[in-house]
Amino acid sequence: MRVPLSWLGEYVDLEPGTTPEQVHAALVKVGFEEEALHGFDVTGPVVVGQVLEFTPEEQSNGKTINWCQVQVGDGDVRGIVCGASNFEVGDKVVVTLPGAVLPGNFEITPRKTYGHTSDGMMASFKELGLGDDHSGIIRLNTLGLPDSALEIGADAISLLGLDDSAVEINVTPDRGYAFSIRGVAREYGHSTGVAFRDPAAHLPATGGAHVASEFRTEFKVTFDDKAPIRGRVGASVFATRVVTGVDATRPTPPWMVARLRLAGIRPISLAVDITNYVMLELGQPIHGYDLDKLSGGLVVRRAKAGEKLVTLDGVERSLNAEDLLITDGSGPIGLAGVMGGASTEISSATTNVLVEAANFDPVSIARTARRHKLPSEASKRFERGVDPAVAEVAAGRVVQLLVDLAGGTAADHGSLFGGASALSAIDLPADFVSDLIGYDYTPEQVRTTLAEIGGTVVETPAGFSVTPPSWRPDLTDKWTLAEEVARIFGYDVIPARLPVAPPGRGYTVAQVVRRRVSDALAAAGLTETLSYPFFDEATNNLFGSPAGADVPQVRLANALDASQGWLRTSLLPGLLQTAARNRARGLTSPAIFELGRVFLPEAGRNYGHEMFPGAVRPSDAQLAAVAAGIPAQPRHIAAVLLGESVERQPGLKASEFDYSHALEVAQQISLAAGVEVEVRQGSHASFHPGRCAELVVDAHGTPRVIGYAGEILPAVAESFNLPLRVAAIELNLDAVTALAGEPTEAQPVYTMPAATQDLSLVVKSDVPADAVLAAVVAGAGDLLEDARLIDIYEGQGVTGGHRSLTFALRFRAPDRTLTQAEATEAKQAGVAAAAAAFGATIRD
Amino acid sequence: MSVEITESSVAAALAGALEAIAAATDSASLKAARSAHLGDASALAALNAALKDVPNDQKAAAGKLVGQARAQANQAYAAAEERIVTAEQNAQLENERVDVTAAPSRWRKGARHPLMLLQEAFCDAFVGMGWEIAEGPELESEWFNFDALNFDEDHPARAMQDTFFVEPADSHLVLRTHTSPVQIRAMLEREVPIYVLAPGRVYRTDELDATHTPVFTQIEGLAIDKGLTMAHLRGTLEHAARLMFGEGAKIRLRPNYFPFTEPSAELDVWHPTFVGGARWIEWGGCGMVNANVLRSAGIDPEVYSGFAFGMGVERTLMFRNQVADMHDMVEGDVRFSQQFGMVV
Repeated sequence: MRVPLSWLGEYVDLEPGTTPEQVHAALVKVGFEEEALHGFDVTGPVVVGQVLEFTPEEQSNGKTINWCQVQVGDGDVRGIVCGASNFEVGDKVVVTLPGAVLPGNFEITPRKTYGHTSDGMMASFKELGLGDDHSGIIRLNTLGLPDSALEIGADAISLLGLDDSAVEINVTPDRGYAFSIRGVAREYGHSTGVAFRDPAAHLPATGGAHVASEFRTEFKVTFDDKAPIRGRVGASVFATRVVTGVDATRPTPPWMVARLRLAGIRPISLAVDITNYVMLELGQPIHGYDLDKLSGGLVVRRAKAGEKLVTLDGVERSLNAEDLLITDGSGPIGLAGVMGGASTEISSATTNVLVEAANFDPVSIARTARRHKLPSEASKRFERGVDPAVAEVAAGRVVQLLVDLAGGTAADHGSLFGGASALSAIDLPADFVSDLIGYDYTPEQVRTTLAEIGGTVVETPAGFSVTPPSWRPDLTDKWTLAEEVARIFGYDVIPARLPVAPPGRGYTVAQVVRRRVSDALAAAGLTETLSYPFFDEATNNLFGSPAGADVPQVRLANALDASQGWLRTSLLPGLLQTAARNRARGLTSPAIFELGRVFLPEAGRNYGHEMFPGAVRPSDAQLAAVAAGIPAQPRHIAAVLLGESVERQPGLKASEFDYSHALEVAQQISLAAGVEVEVRQGSHASFHPGRCAELVVDAHGTPRVIGYAGEILPAVAESFNLPLRVAAIELNLDAVTALAGEPTEAQPVYTMPAATQDLSLVVKSDVPADAVLAAVVAGAGDLLEDARLIDIYEGQGVTGGHRSLTFALRFRAPDRTLTQAEATEAKQAGVAAAAAAFGATIRD
Repeated sequence: MSVEITESSVAAALAGALEAIAAATDSASLKAARSAHLGDASALAALNAALKDVPNDQKAAAGKLVGQARAQANQAYAAAEERIVTAEQNAQLENERVDVTAAPSRWRKGARHPLMLLQEAFCDAFVGMGWEIAEGPELESEWFNFDALNFDEDHPARAMQDTFFVEPADSHLVLRTHTSPVQIRAMLEREVPIYVLAPGRVYRTDELDATHTPVFTQIEGLAIDKGLTMAHLRGTLEHAARLMFGEGAKIRLRPNYFPFTEPSAELDVWHPTFVGGARWIEWGGCGMVNANVLRSAGIDPEVYSGFAFGMGVERTLMFRNQVADMHDMVEGDVRFSQQFGMVV
C-alpha cells in the first residue's frame, strides 16, 4: 500500500516538515513494514507560463516546430521551441526553466535547436511523470483548475502535486482495512497519538448536499446465492447509486492524478479515476457501470455451468459454479469483487453511471481470483476483508466526486441491500493481557487502548466485554485483543525474562551420531556440500535400486523446472553433479559428502490422506492415517571421491582415489557411530561390477544391507562428465543411528608378553580374504589377540587360480608368557579351520 | 716375557693411551685407540697381567699404580666417547635438517558446510539451556504444514507461502514451507512443558538468485508451559542473539502477522560487529503461540501458553559471516566450505 503524505495529512495532523522516513518509522511501530519511498523526482524552477505568441516553422526534416514566446513572470518572457502543437495563444502551460530537473535526472538547460535558443521547455504529463500522455503539452486552463491557481510565474510543482511523496508499506493479510488511506491514517494516529479524522464519519452516506437525503426510487437489485461457500453467502452489502449527465471526457484534476500516480494506480479517465480514488481513500472497491448499457436490474448470483464472461482485460473466461457474478438481462456482466465485464464498461461516451459498492465474502473472492489468476486491487481488498459499514458511504463519495468533477447530477434512485452486522463481543478477563504479554498494563490502559482502535468496551465483573469495530473482523478472541494492546502500547515496553526450561535430555543418540559422523568425515579430509533434491526420473533411477530397476518416486505438482520434478531417491546424483561443477572450476580432486533426506515411496502404495480441520486435535486414527500417508524419507550419507587422494608433493608421489577410499569412508562412519558395518562383495547396477561392496549391519540378529561402496560404473560417471574412476559410497544413516548408543562392554587389557607369527595360506582366488581370516581367527581360539592381512600374492610358486594370503598374527595369554610352541599350536588350529572351510594350505 | 711395573713404565703406557684417545676424532679411531691402549694386547693390560708376579710386599703399591693408570685411561675414554658420539649424533641430526615449510601432507583438509555448523551452534546454545531438538519430515502433510498452524484453506497467508505440492493434488502432501509443522509434531508427541528447537530444510517456489533459494534452512523454537509470556520470548531471543552475535547484541520486536502466533512480531537483531558498522537487521519472526495451534495439538490454551520463533539460517550466515551471494551456499563449491573448516 502506497500512501501519499498529502492525502494522509487530510485525516491526521502531520507536523510541518514531517519526512516520509518519519512516517515510515511511525507505521513500522504499529506493524507495517516499510517497503519503499516514492516521489516524482521533479525539482524547480517549474512554473505556470502563458503562451503570448508562437510561429510555426517548417523544418528541412519535414517536422514543424513552434517558436513560442512564453511569459513566465512579471516582464519575464522566454523564447521556447516546442514540438507539440496542441495549444493556442493565451494557454496556460507548465514551463520547466533552466535549472529544473525532470524524472530520469533530465536537466533543463538553455539549448540551441532549430535555429533558436530554447530557454526552457513546455512539459507534457509524461515528461513530469504524471501519466503516459505524450501527445501534447499540458494546457493548465483545460484542467478545471480555478483561474486564481494559474497565476503566471506560480510554482507548478505544488500546483500539480509534484512535491508530494508516498511511503509504501507492507500490509499484513489480517489488516484489510489498512489498504486504504483511512486505515493507514487511523494507524498513524495510534502510533503517534495525533487525532484521527475519519473520512467515512463526516461523509453523508448519500453524497452530501448533492442528492436528497433519501432515495425516492429503487434501482432493482436481486440477491440470489443458492450455493454459499463454507456456509457464507457471497455478499453482505450491496449498495448502488445513479449519477446522470456525467461528462466522462473531462480531464481528471491534477491533484487526483498525482495522488493516484503516487499510489501506484494508472490514471485512465475521470470516472474510472474517481472509483479508484475512493477505493484508495476508504478501502472500498467500487465498480462503475455505463447505466445505458445495462438491461434491467442487477442479479447477484453464482455462475451456471458453461457460462462465459469477457472481463475488462478482454479475456473470455469460463465460469465456475463457485464464481459469484453480477448479471443483468444480458447475462453475466462482472466477476463480483474481482473484475468487471467488458460489455458494460464506462467509456468516454458514458453519460449515466451506476455506482456499485458491495461487500463480498472474502473466501468466495479469494477462490475466484485464484481460479482465474486475476489478483486485482479489488480482490486483494475483499480477500483480506473490507469494512462492511463503509460501502454506502463510499458509494456516496463517488456520487459526490462525479457531481463535483464530472458535472453529473445525483439521481434520486439507488438501492441498498444488506448491511454491516455487529461483530461478536469478546470477553476479556481483566488480567489477561498483562498475563500474556508479561507487562503490567493497568485496566484503564487496556480499556482506553481498545476504545482507541474503535472497539466498544464495556466493563464486566470479570474484566471487559469488547465489541470490535466493523473494520476489524480479525479481532476474534482475547488473544487478538491482547495483541492490539501490546501493539498500540509498543512492544518496546515488554521486559526480557529468560524462562527456565526443565532439565532436558540433551541430544538424542541419533543426533549425536549424525554430528559425529559428519565431523569424522570432515576430519578425514572430506568436504561437506549440500544439494537440491530435485531430479529427473531417469537420474533418480540410477541409484534407486541395486538391480537397476525403476523405483517409485515422489513427483512435484509444480516444480520450478518441470523436467526436474522428482524428489531424490539417492544423494549420489547430487554429489556427482557437485563434483562435476567443482572440476569445471578447476578443483580437480573433489572429495565431498552430503548428509540429507531421500524420498522413498514404496511400490504399490497410495500415499496421502484425507483432510480434517485445524484447531481441533485429530483423532489417533486420523494421525495414524497421516503417518501412513507420508512416504519414508530416511537420512542418508553419501560421499564421492575422485582424482588425486594424495597430490604430488616433494617427497611424495601422487596417488588416485579408488574403491578402497570409499570403504575407508564406511569405516569412518562405522567408527564414529559405534556401529559395526560389515563389508561384503556386492553388486549394484550403477557401480563397477568388480569393485562394489555392500555394507551390512547386524540389525538385532538380522543382517541388513544399508548401502553400497566402491567405484561408479564408468558409463554412469561419464554421463555426469566425470573421469572414469569415481569412488562413491552411500548408506542409510538412520539405519545406523538406530543401532547406535549401546554401551561398549570393555575387555581386560592383558600385559603378558605377546608372540607374533606370520602365516601364508594358499586358497582359491575367489575366496574372500576376510572369510579366510575369519576362519583362522575362529580356529586359533582365545590366544590369538590380533590378526591382519598383510600381503596377497599370485604367481610363481602358487598354483594357477589360487592366491597366497599372508596374515600377521599376534598371540597372547592372559596369565603367562606364551611360548612359541603354544603360539604355533594355536596357529595350526587356525590353519586347520581355514583348511576345512576353504581347502587352505600353508605356503612353504 | 713379563713387563716390569715401574712408575715410568706405567706412566709411559698411560701417556700412550691418553694420547691415542685424545687423538681420536670419530668412532672408528676411538675404537682403534681403545683396542690398542685398553684392549687385551695393550701395554696397560700387560702391566695389569704382570701384577700377579709382583712380590707380595710390593703388590699393594704396584696394584694402586696400575689401577690408577687404568682408571684414568678408562675415564679419558668414556669422556672421549661421549664427546665423539654426541658430535656424531649432532652431525647426523644436522644432516637430516628439512624445510618444514615444504613438508608433504598425506591428509587432505576437509570441511563441514557452514549452514550445518551454524545450525549446530544454535542447537548447542539451546540444549545448554535444557531445550531439546525436535524433528519432522520434509515431505509433510498439508494439515501439519497449514491447517494445524491456523492457516485457513482460503486465507491469503496460505497462498503467500509459495508451496511445492506433490502429485496427486488430493494426496495433501507438500514440501514443508517452514519448520513450524514440527511445532505440532512436538506438541502431539511430548508432554508439556515443552522446550524444543527444530532446525531443518524447508522449501518454497522461489527461483535461485543472490538472496533467494527454493531450498533453505530454518530454525524454529517452541516453548509451551504454564505462565509463559511475551517477556519470556524476548528474554530467550536476547539470550540467543548474544550467543550468536556477541555480548553487544540485542533484539527489537515489531508488530507483524503470522497465522500461528498471536501476538506476532518481527524480530530484528542489533548486530554489534557487522562489517560496515553495527546495525539492526531483520532476523526472523516470532510470537505467542496461537490458541488454535495449541488446540490443534490438544493443548488447552486456557491452561497453557507458549511462544515460538523462527529464523532463516542462510540469512543469518549471510550477515553474520559476510556471505554476499546465496549461490555460494547451494552450489557445493568446495572452496566455500573450506573457508570455514570445522568452525563457522
